Amino acid sequence: MTAPSQEPHVVLAPGDRLLEVRDLTVEFRTTHGVVNAVNGVSFSLDRGETLAILGESGSGKSVSAQALMGLIDTPPGFITDGQILFHGEDLLANRHLQRQIRGRAITMIFQDALSALNPVYTVGWQIGEQLRVHRKMSRKATRARVIELMELVKIPNAAARVDDFPHQFSGGMRQRAMIAMALALDPEILIADEPTTALDVTVQAQVMELLDDLRRELGMALILITHDLGVVTEVAHRVAVMYAGRIVEQGDVNSVFKNPAHPYTEGLMKSIPRVTDKGHRLVPITGAPPSLSRIPSGCPFHPRCPYKRPDTCVEERPLLRSVLPGRLTACHFAEEVLS
Amino acid sequence: MTGEPLLKVDGLIKHFPIGRKVIGPGGLATVKAVDGVSFELARGETLGIVGESGCGKSTVAKTLVRLEEPTSGTATFEGEDIFAMSARRLRKLRREVQIIFQDPYGSLNPRMTVGDIITEAWEIHKDTVPRRQRKTQAQELLERVGLDPGMINRYPHQFSGGQRQRIGIARALTLRPKIIICDEPVSALDVSVQAQVVNLLEEIQDDFGLSYIFIAHDLSVVRHISDRVGVMYLGRIVELGNEQQIYEEATHPYTQALLSAVPIPDPDESAVAKANRIVLEGDVPSPIDPPSGCHFRTRCWKADSRCAEEDPELIDRFAHGHPSACHYAAMRDPVA
Repeated sequence: MTAPSQEPHVVLAPGDRLLEVRDLTVEFRTTHGVVNAVNGVSFSLDRGETLAILGESGSGKSVSAQALMGLIDTPPGFITDGQILFHGEDLLANRHLQRQIRGRAITMIFQDALSALNPVYTVGWQIGEQLRVHRKMSRKATRARVIELMELVKIPNAAARVDDFPHQFSGGMRQRAMIAMALALDPEILIADEPTTALDVTVQAQVMELLDDLRRELGMALILITHDLGVVTEVAHRVAVMYAGRIVEQGDVNSVFKNPAHPYTEGLMKSIPRVTDKGHRLVPITGAPPSLSRIPSGCPFHPRCPYKRPDTCVEERPLLRSVLPGRLTACHFAEEVLS
Repeated sequence: MTGEPLLKVDGLIKHFPIGRKVIGPGGLATVKAVDGVSFELARGETLGIVGESGCGKSTVAKTLVRLEEPTSGTATFEGEDIFAMSARRLRKLRREVQIIFQDPYGSLNPRMTVGDIITEAWEIHKDTVPRRQRKTQAQELLERVGLDPGMINRYPHQFSGGQRQRIGIARALTLRPKIIICDEPVSALDVSVQAQVVNLLEEIQDDFGLSYIFIAHDLSVVRHISDRVGVMYLGRIVELGNEQQIYEEATHPYTQALLSAVPIPDPDESAVAKANRIVLEGDVPSPIDPPSGCHFRTRCWKADSRCAEEDPELIDRFAHGHPSACHYAAMRDPVA
């Protein structure tokens, strides 16, 4: 793998962004009350770029991705505000366009490849399904293209394994088959939701390397949703850190991890043990992440924050603001965190 | 280590029968979950066991408290054979050896209050804590693991994942055990909560004089908490040494590959780590029919005909200071 930060970014005119999400807000209306899963999330994505969305369970990272794909079930889920601009066109305002794009220009792979595959059809048939339906390809042409795709994702002996069923594939191979399926219609954006969480560490390394290679070869953009800070450091150019349905910090991975400007990012970096060092006592973040149906007032991180000031942080919601070049942070006291 | 080890495991084997073989000579096919594991645990020590899913690390834990009956091998606790114990003696063993499970949701009975969960062991082992003192002692334990003692009448669903794991820890402490086997105790928890539970485990180890067998797939957590570490692959320990020897001076190719695959969350070190990475081909073979000789040979870059024929013993071959089950054990030269 080459270091992702070495690559030049394509400079685009503002209207020509590949993807721009503005103020995305998603809520779930349940019998137990409203769950505010995503609360005004904005980010952009350029061609060939890898953006990591980092967060813990219940931070809203997966719901954000589902909203991008138009996969929020209504009810109970409602997208109450925001825009998702793909090449400048708002997918939320144009449902027809969203259906055109979903699964073609924007595709997604999931954590659990076994349950994402249908056990009663062969892997090859499932990878080829879209080619037959959308491209109206013949059986023979489909089969040839499926074998090509399987070779592209480095499934060994693809020509023989095309007729295997999902249970005959190992965990790593299933995730490769999912990736092949996602690539079938030449997407511009691939969203990977915890793609390696269910995999062992040696297999995780293979799959992350594959995704990074494919991004470069095919010129795709990658949105990587994960809770693993190590994975983010290795494959992403930029990172958006989410907490309680909001992006609390955003910027270049090197800069964010070396010098976090938000107390939550800083707390995460301090609380994880390192394989390179036995280390001393860990410094945990106190408390637990909040429930999305009872998000604390003011800054949602204030009950756990070592920098909090009783008045400002409890009452005033901090907005994302520029604290360093290319760095956005939602903290009243970001300068103090940085110093 | 001074004197006799607290726990000594020798040649532990656990094979699960899974019905008739379809191909090949007749007889029952077996999953060779644990295929000859030996180690010792000293008083006050933490032994980490790492390995990928299916390597048999949890099965080792279960056989040690006889939640699974071993196929063969011995395990002695304070000199007494665990596998030969009568049901009566086993009850006493379970006071000494406790277990904490991975899933803080599945391992607590949803219909019992926290107080009931903690005092249950005292109901069974009636001679331990007199009935009148149970409530106060339960509250003291709750406080010790960082929970509000006033929550004693609440149910598990009213707690977060991290709090539930604390309840699991309190329950494990009720009978004042000597050993706690921690089976993936933090892997189901959020990153920001893991460190709290790791710190708690370290604190109570000192307070209660505990020995831990700490089973996990997260190599960073294991390094942080362990004094010694055993690396498992397909039912066998392939390398065993102190934390320094395993993480800095590994000699088994699998240990080296496993360590090099861990993504490092520090931008400066990450590039070096990637340059040094050994990316293994393929997946772990099935434990139903593991490769002959060295189980790792099908993915190993050093493997030759000897590896297919000869089982490498877990011994220190070239005076590296710790045992490694590889015919060609050698320390790695860093590439960078």
